[in-house]
Amino acid sequence: MHRRLFLSLATLTLAALGTALPAYADALENIKAAGTIKIAVPQDFPPFGSVGTDLQPVGYDVDMAQLIGEKLGVAVELVPVTSANRIPYLQTGMADLVISSLGKNAEREAVIDFTDAYAPFFNGVFGPASVSVAVAADLAGHKVGVTRGSVEDLTLTELVGDGVDISRYEDNNGTISAFLSGQVELIATGNVVAAAILERNPPIRPELKFLVKDSPCYIGLNKNETALLAAVNAIIATAKTDGSLEAISQQWLGQALPVDL
Amino acid sequence: MRYQLNFDWLPQYLPTLIEGIGVTIYLIVVGAVVGCLLGIVCAWTRALGPKPLRPLVGAYVELIRNTPFMIQLFFIFFGLPSLGVQMNQLQAASLAMIVNLGAYSCEIIRAGINATPRGQFEAGASLAMGRFQTFRYIVLVPALQRIWPALSSQIVIVMLGSAVVSQIAAEDLSYAANFIQSRNFRAFETYIVSTLIYLALSVLLRQVLSGVGWALFPKRKAAQ
Repeated sequence: MHRRLFLSLATLTLAALGTALPAYADALENIKAAGTIKIAVPQDFPPFGSVGTDLQPVGYDVDMAQLIGEKLGVAVELVPVTSANRIPYLQTGMADLVISSLGKNAEREAVIDFTDAYAPFFNGVFGPASVSVAVAADLAGHKVGVTRGSVEDLTLTELVGDGVDISRYEDNNGTISAFLSGQVELIATGNVVAAAILERNPPIRPELKFLVKDSPCYIGLNKNETALLAAVNAIIATAKTDGSLEAISQQWLGQALPVDL
Repeated sequence: MRYQLNFDWLPQYLPTLIEGIGVTIYLIVVGAVVGCLLGIVCAWTRALGPKPLRPLVGAYVELIRNTPFMIQLFFIFFGLPSLGVQMNQLQAASLAMIVNLGAYSCEIIRAGINATPRGQFEAGASLAMGRFQTFRYIVLVPALQRIWPALSSQIVIVMLGSAVVSQIAAEDLSYAANFIQSRNFRAFETYIVSTLIYLALSVLLRQVLSGVGWALFPKRKAAQ
């Protein structure tokens, strides 16, 4: 019993090592040689990545992946991942890049490298153009809706203190309904949620008033792949200036790309 | 099972809890008083009022008694603004409680009115009382006295049901509890405290209602 278990574990470990090994060669050369780049994308997180009506993955991250493949001159093999397994996919060599609305933090930076930011991801206060609010201090006298206990609730509460009328709803749907029915003038939420509202062509349009917390998305890759990192960074820089990233942002987020991304 | 209860957060959030209790009490007072008045008017209409109005009241009662309270609340808060009727969360919550209790108390009070013996109406008529006088003095008071325990229970049920108004961000006791546990991450302790407060409120409300019963119907004991 024990010996068999040991043997199968050993085999598994060897297999894992076997797949992990190629990641330590020069990734860019391997990609060019294979003519294919494996890119991990989300499939459960619209508008960054979801499954379209034709069962193909679509979204901001998917378009970004296609753009990178096109510029590198190789075919793109999309690898669907979840937010829990996207970094393990990269570390085990099952993906060359992770384009999966990945935020940067110290724990992640210890195990993988990040390119420059490619997508905006932030919490902000949103409202129709008719409400003139530009900074947190302007909120006095306005009704703001937020989802109770969310990051934006905690950050905004800290930011504005007690002087502002904040209505806290149970979930995002409550917050969205309160905004669309005019029960609150402004909402504090993620740009992704605002984009989802805009997609339904609402009578009241949530436009960004100011940022509450900024946490843009980066492309993740294995450590010490300087050639690949430089190549991807060059592609991102070009995409920011030639308007191709702006087009992706308009299509999936319904908002212009922030200038300081 | 080595969970350590921790109530260190209580002093800091006590004002939030007290505000929540205040809103819950406000809701139940407004809901119970106005709701019961609405119930009396509806019960009179349905039992003795003009015939054309009766199906109208019947429709209202059936609509409210056969739909969830939360949906009624959402309808008022998120739905009515589309028709141009805008109200804040506290007004919407009060209105929902009034409308809800109005329908239930209508049926309870109507049962009391229907149980009034025919002779009591005739007694009123023989004393040269008008229809309204007969209803006010001879029918309504004994009817209310008869159904007071059932009405009290319904008021307590509505008070406990008021917990869902936190869904539209009305800042009642449940809202306070949810708010606190989203900040201190001490869900168990927070809900222990709010459960005890609800229990105390219910017991207190029953005492108050039985006191009101004694005051309204001084001869209650003789009647039984």
